[in-house]
Amino acid sequence: MSELPEQPQSPSPSEVKRVLEAALLASQDAMSTGELRKLFEQELDHALIRRLLDELREDWAGRGIELVQVSSGWRFRTTADVQPYLDRLKNEKPAKYSRAVLETLAIIAYRQPVTRGDIEDIRGVAVSPGIIKALEGRGWIDSVGYREVPGRPALYATTRRFLDDLGLRTLAELPPLAELQKVMEFNDAR
Amino acid sequence: MSGEALIAEPVPAEKAAPPARLYGEALEKLPLDLYIPPDALEVFLDAFQGPLDLLLYLIRKANVDILDIPMAPLTAQYLVYVEAMRSQRLELAAEYLLMAAMLLEIKSRMLLPRPPREAADEGEDPRAELVRRLIEYEQMKAAALALDAIPRIQREHEWVGVQVAERLVEIQPNVSATDLQLAWLALMRRADMTRHHKVTREALSVREFMSGILRRLHEEGDLRFDQLFEVGAPAAQMVVNFLAVLELARENLIELLQLEAFAPIYVRTARTAAVAEPV
Repeated sequence: MSELPEQPQSPSPSEVKRVLEAALLASQDAMSTGELRKLFEQELDHALIRRLLDELREDWAGRGIELVQVSSGWRFRTTADVQPYLDRLKNEKPAKYSRAVLETLAIIAYRQPVTRGDIEDIRGVAVSPGIIKALEGRGWIDSVGYREVPGRPALYATTRRFLDDLGLRTLAELPPLAELQKVMEFNDAR
Repeated sequence: MSGEALIAEPVPAEKAAPPARLYGEALEKLPLDLYIPPDALEVFLDAFQGPLDLLLYLIRKANVDILDIPMAPLTAQYLVYVEAMRSQRLELAAEYLLMAAMLLEIKSRMLLPRPPREAADEGEDPRAELVRRLIEYEQMKAAALALDAIPRIQREHEWVGVQVAERLVEIQPNVSATDLQLAWLALMRRADMTRHHKVTREALSVREFMSGILRRLHEEGDLRFDQLFEVGAPAAQMVVNFLAVLELARENLIELLQLEAFAPIYVRTARTAAVAEPV
């Protein structure tokens, strides 16, 4: 301690937790543990922050608001069971995507990066520009480059926001592909 | 409608079904598959995402193994749908026709005897490419449903963010209650000063106030000290009034009486006998 005389006294864990809670509630975006550490003058341990965030999540359990960890960090959201009530205050119903949009999204999510042509090969039909626009508009996919073939088609991938909005931390948390087993069997049979 | 059943063993219930008439034509047997009234074809087509989706539907409906598709009945049934669509002069998506051609090609290749040297080649099932595409598409169909089932923002959840007012406006300098108080006092001071100038212009003199006090004492009799001062009067007026009281006392024109410490002070006109009485 004598080597760091300017170092103010470390806040107690419960104080840190209160600050984390206030910061996360006041934030309009998810906050990573790195950002949360900036709240404090002292260098707080990542593990401590993690532990306190877990505690905070426990503290909020059972309420109409929950703390979740998503791809971009930690964020409060309403729980699924209260949402139907909150929806009554809204004029419009939540967006329901067509099968075409959902299948396109699934192909981009599981096979990324893919071109429009790749998507068409898998679905067996043309992809209308409206589908791509809808997904881009939602901020769920974006163009991450071009395939270096004639025409230089855009390569699409899912965004961090897609993971955030679905409450996922990584793509690895996507549901496993159901028919994967069958593909293996088929390849084995051949 | 001569679509061959994909089902190898007909379901017994369908055998027992009585003949029916449809659009005036006798149906020898009930359609083994979903019956689509011609007018509804367009709607029906909309229900499918394309030829792969339609093929998957036919395969799943017939409950056959996707890895060992009976090509002849599948092709026949598929063509029935495509033919029905064409006869309705629906603008048929090119993909459907392409698939029809592909199915026919696979079917014919399976009918051809395999050259001996190819028999040893394991990977030459003509259906392989179709099966691969069907499986991949089915996989993505399932994945799309699974993705849709994940609770998501703006449907099952909303983000929670407490509105911090500071975010909505430019950050302004802080104003505390004390600052306000100081500003107000300064304002008052200035106001008092201007009022003071006004008072002098109105030529409020101590003498004038002295007369006023004497007149009141004469008319109203004895008064409490504080009754001489008008509540809410400008400070300058108060001061002049106070000076007037002192001047009157000094000139022995009034008497100030107090029975004991902190008791009310009374003012009365001076009595001739009490001229020498100290205050």
